[in-house]
Amino acid sequence: MHATDFTLGGALAALNEGAISAEELTRAHVAAVEALNPKLNAFITTTSEQALEAARASDARRKRGEAGPLEGIPLAIKDLFCTEGVRTTAGSTILGNFIPPYESTVTAQLKRDGAVFLGKANLDEFAMGSSNLTSAYGGVLNPWQRKDDPDARLVPGGSSGGSAAAVAARIALGATGTDTGGSIRQPAAFCGITGIKPTYGRCSRFGIVAFASSLDQAGPFARTVEDCAILLRSMAGHDPKDSTSANQPVPNFAAACARSVKGLRIGVPREYRLDGMPAEIEKLWRQGLDWLRDAGAETVDISLPHTKYALPTYYIVAPAEASSNLARYDGVRFGLRVAEKDSDLGDLYERTRAEGFGAEVRRRIMIGTYVLSAGYYDAYYLKAQKIRALIAGDFDAAWAKVDAIVTPATPSAAFAEGENTDDPVQMYLNDVFTVTANLAGLPGLALPTGLDHQGLPLGLQVIGRAFDEETVFAVGAALERTADFKAVPAMRAGA
Amino acid sequence: MSLDTATVRRVAALARLRLEEQDIARVQGELNGILGWIEQLQAVNTDGVAPMAGGTPGGAAAMPMRGDVVTDGGKAEAVLANAPDREGEYFGVPKVVE
Repeated sequence: MHATDFTLGGALAALNEGAISAEELTRAHVAAVEALNPKLNAFITTTSEQALEAARASDARRKRGEAGPLEGIPLAIKDLFCTEGVRTTAGSTILGNFIPPYESTVTAQLKRDGAVFLGKANLDEFAMGSSNLTSAYGGVLNPWQRKDDPDARLVPGGSSGGSAAAVAARIALGATGTDTGGSIRQPAAFCGITGIKPTYGRCSRFGIVAFASSLDQAGPFARTVEDCAILLRSMAGHDPKDSTSANQPVPNFAAACARSVKGLRIGVPREYRLDGMPAEIEKLWRQGLDWLRDAGAETVDISLPHTKYALPTYYIVAPAEASSNLARYDGVRFGLRVAEKDSDLGDLYERTRAEGFGAEVRRRIMIGTYVLSAGYYDAYYLKAQKIRALIAGDFDAAWAKVDAIVTPATPSAAFAEGENTDDPVQMYLNDVFTVTANLAGLPGLALPTGLDHQGLPLGLQVIGRAFDEETVFAVGAALERTADFKAVPAMRAGA
Repeated sequence: MSLDTATVRRVAALARLRLEEQDIARVQGELNGILGWIEQLQAVNTDGVAPMAGGTPGGAAAMPMRGDVVTDGGKAEAVLANAPDREGEYFGVPKVVE
């Protein structure tokens, strides 16, 4: 067995038994990154030297009997998390030289627990996208290939495309991501791995480059449900530096993976059965529900009547918040500055922002600025906030009848570069099944349960009550056990 | 509601984004495509619905207060470390007062 084939839980056991050292494990992953990243472009910045140094320090801690819960585990960190002393770009030219003088709370907690960072993973610029193609540092290659067309360059999804591709290709044991409308769950589904967006407030947003503050949430990627649970326990927890961070105890999520789903009521929302949805997705969904019934759960048809308004609502709320958050990039305090010799301050702002931001980011800033501008606020932003309340209310009503909801994760398998790019709205539809959980603040987990006719992974999503990730993990683990998903991508370490 | 070119220019100015003359028609088309799609929300009856501000389940009421005290500071070098231009302990900008 190759050292890059471990699950995260398996690697922790091997490290505990002394079957492998953290340095050996990290060295295997560093070599895999060096071999595959030139093709995948999953990392914007690699930190191999620091990783090996951290691994040696980890081995020393273990020897002293001070091993943390993630001691010696090599991870990829989405390049949206500020890492002290290591360049953090957010996938944007405007932060191309930004070296944070502080560490995000989530990455600080991962380090506290012994994790080793391999580098900063590629992403859509400022996490705005569903393909990773808006990154100023180039697209990321999905390590999976179409059976009939192996040369097609498939996207890994987005925005956390580099994180998902790195974990799928086995060049990282796990990764961090962020999810504002589906940016963990859609790339997890496209890359055949598992990812969870926890409840809003579960993880601190301190030190994560902000996109849409009322929707952004950090979460983990890994190759099993339990591995995600292990990572989330380290990432989660109350942080006084983020006023929206929830003061709630962090449960042992991994223990919840072993819970039975017997007697659980699983909601099946009829509005998620879309016109023109591929038969393969419909079949995958039905199969997952059959498996849960076989495991003793009960499936219940439910209605989430405002579902069809979720995406347009999101495309008011998210750009509005983004236009405010991204106002800080002014060419003065940090990041890129573009000015002519005779530029005044206004011209400096305008040139810096026009050159520093890519087309999709500029588009969303414009939409956000417009919907917040005088005279339009009530018609757009306030209206969207009211519909958001209705969408959250749909879920509240559902929780009276069910304990979790199971849906497809995405409306299709991974698409190729160049597909879905003519019309921004077409690209936005990728998040049709995921965006509701962000609007309602609920936890959502995506996991692979099958392959399409091209041999590409397809995923299901489990949505739970606020702060009930444990039930989400239990249902996800039950699906995982029956799905027994063993397919691997063509491009991977050790292949 | 569809944006005319004057509105596109005004929004770009509000957003502090330089917009070249030759790009205005394209940007206008893209924005109108998105706004046209968003327009469907006007059909939803939201009478008497309280807006959901923020993402916290249970609403903003769950947000904590803290003491109004200084907890951090005195880090001028760290704050200025990424500045594109500085003068001593200040950010440097083009002259704004004649």
